[in-house]
Amino acid sequence: MSISETAKAPFERVVGEHGPLVWRVCRGMLDQHDAEDAWSETFLAAMGAWARFDGNVAGWLVTIAHRKAVDVLRARSRAAFPTAEPPEVVSTLGVPDGRDLDLWAALALLPTRQRAAVVHHHLAGLPFAEVAQLTGTTEPAARKAASDGVQRLRSLLAGKDIA
Amino acid sequence: MTTTAPFAVPDADPALLARLHARLEDAATGDAAPDVHYRTVDSPLGPLLVAATEQGVARLAFAIEDEDEVLESLATRIGPRVLRAPRRLDPAARWLDHFFAGDHGPYPGPVDLRLARGFRLAVLERLREVPFGRTISYAALAARTDAPRAVRAVGTACATNPVPLVVPCHRVVRSDGSTGAYRGGAEAKVRLLALERDGVLPASGGSAPRLL
Repeated sequence: MSISETAKAPFERVVGEHGPLVWRVCRGMLDQHDAEDAWSETFLAAMGAWARFDGNVAGWLVTIAHRKAVDVLRARSRAAFPTAEPPEVVSTLGVPDGRDLDLWAALALLPTRQRAAVVHHHLAGLPFAEVAQLTGTTEPAARKAASDGVQRLRSLLAGKDIA
Repeated sequence: MTTTAPFAVPDADPALLARLHARLEDAATGDAAPDVHYRTVDSPLGPLLVAATEQGVARLAFAIEDEDEVLESLATRIGPRVLRAPRRLDPAARWLDHFFAGDHGPYPGPVDLRLARGFRLAVLERLREVPFGRTISYAALAARTDAPRAVRAVGTACATNPVPLVVPCHRVVRSDGSTGAYRGGAEAKVRLLALERDGVLPASGGSAPRLL
């Protein structure tokens, strides 16, 4: 290959490598429908800026996805009759115990701060320093939010397939 | 990045990712269009990679060219916003299907020859005038250009044709009638010439090519 160090990879490779990561962030923060919108909007925005971008691709994509998600959540909370995120989604964990509360639905029951901390650290793999930067808080606060969020998830998912 | 979740995280299933990708393709038009969109097309000569800009088909690659390298080269030479968008290339895929079934028509859509420059571009423009079922020698093709003695340069222009089949460089043969080299492999060229002569593409590794 005669590609110089500065040459940009074809954007399709970015989609292939990071599509599942961006999905976890979008779906962790939003309901199924909004998450699908946010996923394609994230990659559309990233593709537009791809020629000029330089840095950590995964962190950059999570940042874009986070902002898209926060915009949607704000718009939802401004709505007169909030309809966001009822735990209506059929379980994808396949635990046939009659309960339909899966991870995504459980995440939707967390306060946004905890939800974002859990998603960005545990589902996207960002270090707490970056989670703090992304959510406009301190590293200890982000760590605490994630810890509280995980504890709450554990109780919500009690009896489910948790490690 | 891997997850470090202290609980089970469902994987994004392939069908979902395919649906999301299709939405991205649909949204990536107009001002948001990629520099290059591409797809692969199954053909009797193996999978073909077809890539286009907003101006038209800019690259066609045979399987003997490494797909990753072709895409990287497109990213470097045209632009890094390279997106797989099969449906946008349905017309090109249909034309290829018809071509391999013996349809004589030239590629009817727009062609973007930006990957060829100068004399090579001029050669490709002349080459587009050579119809299905006809052949032309490198020397005769040179004679149609401003540099009638540049036979070797004509050979180079054909060998580096970014859009084989669409610009039919397989129709250029040696003056002695032998087929000569081809970007898709010498055997592919023999089979293509047989397709245009007999109306049927012979199987790979079949009987001795009559043209040789």
